[in-house]
Amino acid sequence: MGKKTPDFISTTNACKLCRPLGACLAFKGMEGTVPYLHGSQGCATYMRRYIISHYNEPIDIASSSLSEKHAVYGGGPNLKLGLTNVAKKYRPQMIGIATTCLTETIGDDVAMYLEEYRRDTEGSVGLPDLVHVATPSYAGTHMEGFHGAVRQVLARKAEGGPGNRTINLLPGFVSSADYRYLKEIMADFGLDCTMLPDLSETMDGPARLEYEKIPAGGTPLAAIGAMGRARATIEFGRTLGEQEGGGSLLTERFGIINHRLGLPMGIRETDRFFSLLAELSGRPMPAKYRDERGRLVDAYVDGHKYVFGRRAIIYGEEDLVVGLCALLAEMGIRPVLCASGGTSGRLAEGVAAVSGDILAEQPQVHEGMDFFEISDMAEELAPDLIVGHSKGYPLARRLDIPLIRVGFPIHDRVGGQRILHLGYRGAQQLFDTVTNALIARKQDESPVGYSYM
Amino acid sequence: MEAIALPDRQNHIHRKGEAPFAIRCNSDSLAGAVSQRACVFCGSRVVLYPIADALHLVHGPIGCAVYTWDIRGALSSGPELHRLSFSTDLQELDVIFGGEKKLYRALMELIERHAPKAAFVYSTCIVGIIGDDLDAVCRQVEEETGIPVIPVRSEGFKGNKRAGYQAACDAMARLIGTGDTAGISRFSVNILGDFNLAGEIWMIRDYYRQMGVEVVANITGDGRVEHLRRAHGAALNVVQCSGSTMQLADMMEKKYGTPSLRVSYFGIEDMSEALYDIARFFMKKYPDDPEAAAIMERTRELVRREVAALLPQLEEYRRALSGRKAAIYVGGSFKAFSLVKAFRLVEMDVVLVGSQTGTPEDYAELAAITDPGTIIVDDANPLELTSFLKEKGVDVFVGGVKERPIAYKLGIGFCDHNHERKEALAGFTGMLNFAREVYSSVMSPVWRFVPGRADSGHSVTT
Ligand code: SF4
Ligand code: SF4
Repeated sequence: MGKKTPDFISTTNACKLCRPLGACLAFKGMEGTVPYLHGSQGCATYMRRYIISHYNEPIDIASSSLSEKHAVYGGGPNLKLGLTNVAKKYRPQMIGIATTCLTETIGDDVAMYLEEYRRDTEGSVGLPDLVHVATPSYAGTHMEGFHGAVRQVLARKAEGGPGNRTINLLPGFVSSADYRYLKEIMADFGLDCTMLPDLSETMDGPARLEYEKIPAGGTPLAAIGAMGRARATIEFGRTLGEQEGGGSLLTERFGIINHRLGLPMGIRETDRFFSLLAELSGRPMPAKYRDERGRLVDAYVDGHKYVFGRRAIIYGEEDLVVGLCALLAEMGIRPVLCASGGTSGRLAEGVAAVSGDILAEQPQVHEGMDFFEISDMAEELAPDLIVGHSKGYPLARRLDIPLIRVGFPIHDRVGGQRILHLGYRGAQQLFDTVTNALIARKQDESPVGYSYM
Repeated sequence: MEAIALPDRQNHIHRKGEAPFAIRCNSDSLAGAVSQRACVFCGSRVVLYPIADALHLVHGPIGCAVYTWDIRGALSSGPELHRLSFSTDLQELDVIFGGEKKLYRALMELIERHAPKAAFVYSTCIVGIIGDDLDAVCRQVEEETGIPVIPVRSEGFKGNKRAGYQAACDAMARLIGTGDTAGISRFSVNILGDFNLAGEIWMIRDYYRQMGVEVVANITGDGRVEHLRRAHGAALNVVQCSGSTMQLADMMEKKYGTPSLRVSYFGIEDMSEALYDIARFFMKKYPDDPEAAAIMERTRELVRREVAALLPQLEEYRRALSGRKAAIYVGGSFKAFSLVKAFRLVEMDVVLVGSQTGTPEDYAELAAITDPGTIIVDDANPLELTSFLKEKGVDVFVGGVKERPIAYKLGIGFCDHNHERKEALAGFTGMLNFAREVYSSVMSPVWRFVPGRADSGHSVTT
């Protein structure tokens, strides 16, 4: 199941992004941090453009701007010069360095360069901390980059010592609205929480009086340091490899128990998350969320006839696909294809875990897919809707069916960073969006022109 | 106060009137300075991408291809192969053992699937490193499939966008001269350097049609391989956005004796001048030919009609915008010249103008046509731009997607003048669209809520 079917050589309209992009996004969720790409200039600029089109926020990603001769003689001097320049102009607390295909291929030893740089600059005041993650794009996608950055930051900064009461929350790559909601939930349970990363403010900032070189927000570095002394970790990601996330690292180094959950999408996945929070906090679910859940069930009931049996194609990052499948299946929609450009080898397992008991027939599940292959299969699958990011729009247009926009990137609507996916509240919004899209379609297609549906 | 720019960046900035003109440019971007530039590959891709019936295969890891998937508004009136993003999506083993086999198989697969008229194969940084022999693979596929398969030497680190333009021109040069030129009019041109964003080349072609001038090849907006092949049959190359296709025009002049004209289609002044220049060219070339005189006559009529229709409509915008301040940061500086003039037409003051890849001559020209005090900057970055915009109290910033959030975070209006725009800004109609774009940003009521710009007295204490 983990293989492409059929087996094409070329990739057309990829359903994945490159690895350093994920790392840059993760670094953007850490306080006072500037992402830095060790490679040639183009990669950084392309990624900035791509990210800006989704968030409509400045994202400054520095680059070593390597040219041909550096590629031959090694990029060390440019890396050091670049770090000095970033330190001077941005005065960051940390610089998050990700490699690129180029510097991985020429075999630049970034760890060694950084050691030299630290030695050379020892004693100077106000120098930023440096973290580094290897992100060759010829192995893995932006999600490996994202989780890799989180893991490397923890590897560098987390420290042991006397335990504290904090809970570590590692949500993975979700929307700014999702990060905000997660913080609200943790606070309502009375749990001290360090969430890593936190893109709630840095990539969805308010209009402010002064332009900020580095936007406020992000996980405080001191709090990241203290994550090694936390009570427990909660990490989202059913398709995340055993050794991939930050959670397992904290277990290995500091013996912190890691609770691995799926992204809390839909009632049952969210119930799992909330039961864990109830257990960790020793409190029952706050009334606010009990009511959110109740309203969600009520909405499911009210709307079920509009959606039942409708066929959906779901695509995107593997964990998001699993979460969407959980949600759509329990609404009564029938996922017919779950596709991702990622290749974790665990997508099918994740899909089965969240929908196996609800769906009479399991959807086809394929990793390593591109949009050419998805389109190819779509002909036969005859879906009623597709669910994923903006890049599925050409497919939706060709099939003349609704596209429900979720995840990243949203390049053809405003407010992608404010789409809420998680928890009962996120499920409520997605349920309304999906149901209304299907109702609107029926209404538009009706020759009668009803104003009630 | 902290200096705006890093020491190594200071000589890339010139303030007109404060010192004799001097600017450093055309050099590699400074590490860590967060340049707004892309890479060689980007330059090649921009130029070749609109050739709609060719296969554009990016040989490299996935990012380079996926970030350039259908991001530009280059329209086609027919095939749309250019809007798909093809990649060899190199994996670890390919990097270790070489990607030639995969490239070969990918090309064969895609050519069979899409039956393109030609294929362009772009090399990216790591292809330059792992040493794949692109030429050999392309030659082999060309032999086996019978279509031109052209390598584009666009390894990102080999310079900036300009080097990419050169690589793209080299690639196109392989097609030109391979087609039949029978039946081409004496009064014919190629359009170089227009990419048909938002259908602009169709407007321009329509002007030429009205003048009685035949267009042989669009290079490259709404471009076709067949047309490129016979481009050497045209009497004249009309080159816009000189940076990107000038080299091709030079090559054609040398090889086929095709003369060329540099024009700009932005703003009334430049647009009219472009049409007149072409008419004058034919008058000179065929002095006694009544058709040449007729072209000139039709051109006059066309310009008169368009300008007469346009000016009154522009008036409303001029009144609203007069005296406001504008800033310009674009990829190539040639476009900046036209923008400076276009702003002048609505009586706005340009206080900052810069580009990613200008040459010394370009900047000298900018210094000549702008007012004293204007900041001229080469290869700027977000922090510099932010400081300049604040210092100058700018009302509207013209740039691309990467400049947009800078403007918005500062509470400044914005006009997209890059390859991603969906509004036609060329031609006479384009001038009106441009004024409307600027107007609809500057005049929006939203600015009164922006902290620091609550100068309108409408601010609320929060
Ligand atoms: S070279 Fe690698 S890091 Fe750079 S854009 Fe391409 S895939 Fe991404
Ligand atoms: S790898 Fe090279 S070619 Fe690709 S985007 Fe980066 S700089 Fe450009």
